[in-house]
Amino acid sequence: MTTEMLLADEVSAIPLGDLDVSEPALFQRDVIDAYFARLRKEDPVHYCPDSAYGPYWSVTKYKDIMHVETSHQIYSSEAGLGGVVIDSEIIQGAEGDLELPMFIAMDPPKHDDQRKAVSPIVAPGNLALLEGTIRERAGRILDSLPVGEEFNWVDRVSIELTTQMLATLFDFPFEERRKLTRWSDVTTAVPGFGIIDSLEQRKQELLECAACFRGLWDQRTKQEPKADLISMMAHSPATQNMSPNEFLGNIMLLIVGGNDTTRNSISGGVVALNQNPDQYEKLLANPALVTSMVPEIIRWQTPLTHMRRTALDDADLGGKKIKKGDKVVMWYLSGNRDEEAIDRPNEFIIDRERPRQHLSFGFGIHRCVGNRLAEMQLRVLWEEILKRFQKVEIVGEPQRVHSNFIRGFTSLPVRLHA
Amino acid sequence: MPTITFFEADGTKHIVDVENGISVMESAVRNDVPGIDGDCGGSCACATCHVYVDPAWIEKTGRAEASMEKSLLDFAEDVRENSRLGCQIAVTDDLDGLILELPVAQY
Repeated sequence: MTTEMLLADEVSAIPLGDLDVSEPALFQRDVIDAYFARLRKEDPVHYCPDSAYGPYWSVTKYKDIMHVETSHQIYSSEAGLGGVVIDSEIIQGAEGDLELPMFIAMDPPKHDDQRKAVSPIVAPGNLALLEGTIRERAGRILDSLPVGEEFNWVDRVSIELTTQMLATLFDFPFEERRKLTRWSDVTTAVPGFGIIDSLEQRKQELLECAACFRGLWDQRTKQEPKADLISMMAHSPATQNMSPNEFLGNIMLLIVGGNDTTRNSISGGVVALNQNPDQYEKLLANPALVTSMVPEIIRWQTPLTHMRRTALDDADLGGKKIKKGDKVVMWYLSGNRDEEAIDRPNEFIIDRERPRQHLSFGFGIHRCVGNRLAEMQLRVLWEEILKRFQKVEIVGEPQRVHSNFIRGFTSLPVRLHA
Repeated sequence: MPTITFFEADGTKHIVDVENGISVMESAVRNDVPGIDGDCGGSCACATCHVYVDPAWIEKTGRAEASMEKSLLDFAEDVRENSRLGCQIAVTDDLDGLILELPVAQY
């Protein structure tokens, strides 16, 4: 029996009513799409009455996800109702008694005011100002890598580059840049899983983070405006009068938003190309394909598997009756494999016709505000990789993150070929 | 078939013959007009088909009215009085000769 046949048996053996796709191990084993495929076919809007996170609805088809995304008046992102992740504890961890208001977990009108204040900062016009520095830093990391020797791409490139990019974006003290990664990990951490031991510890670390950013804010306000996110926020009329809590909440959102996601897209691109050598050949023959490859990597990897909403009212969805208060999970990872919406969705195709038509950034009023920034970073990175290395070859088993939210890698053993 | 003229932000002109019934966004994407994206495929769910309707044509196309289009335009860059989402303008014979300007970047 092939692995596929065994997996098909595993999935079909479970009664439909018992199917629970929230189990992190399914994602770590990377078998989750066999489960999603069954739901897309047999029960696209699927109620799971009991899970580690309580009862919840799974939305598995692209068009139904799009419907939820564009119906924000029914499907709320409000932190007070549990936020935007299936595990309601995470937003408690992020916001909790520290009061870090993040507009990702707000509804209009408050959401709109906050988003409008921040979004010009990461808009394409400003990105152009940042591209040069990002390219320089990507180049320097790549130049420091050993050729012909095995190393962990996740640590030396994905995490390192993402951290440096965050430091660049904020013009954060370069030698202390790993604090950004730490604070980001801490923001969404739940005690007892290796990141923090207690909520008190989390609070202390985030107070330190607040003080640090407050210092940078004060410094930048006094200086001439320049091209970094803190200076931009300190000088823009829309943001310069933000309360300290709002400022910190927005900073944390920008950091968290650009942390794991970018990291895992960087790793994901290497995995995708290695698993599809014909596409790697195509890329080497025509480096201009980086532009269409980048969104395809983001679709293929789907760095955040889902986003969650809470129903503010009873509603109809895909033939089912959602009740007020129900938890509704939009599985982007499933929608991105929906063949009714995407042509040959399981294939990694670097020159797809409409590569940006995917769910990884979400849609609607909460669509990822950093989406063009993310694409720019990946594009610049791949341009620099292609200038230097004939191949980034995976030489060992990739290890995946144990999570039903973050889809990524903890380890990726590679060898570079000049 | 109606004709639409798209002007890129730098002034580059694209004259395109388009089918009735499809949106202005679809017309642009199918004809490879640069500067208009349509990431959501026309579902009024992003804002990457942002266009400026030439003042002479704004009465024919109308301004953004529906709440979702207005919300999304609210978050777009450099939004003006004559801003619309291209996926919300359907091509008809009435719009033959329509002139649209594209923003510097979609977001």
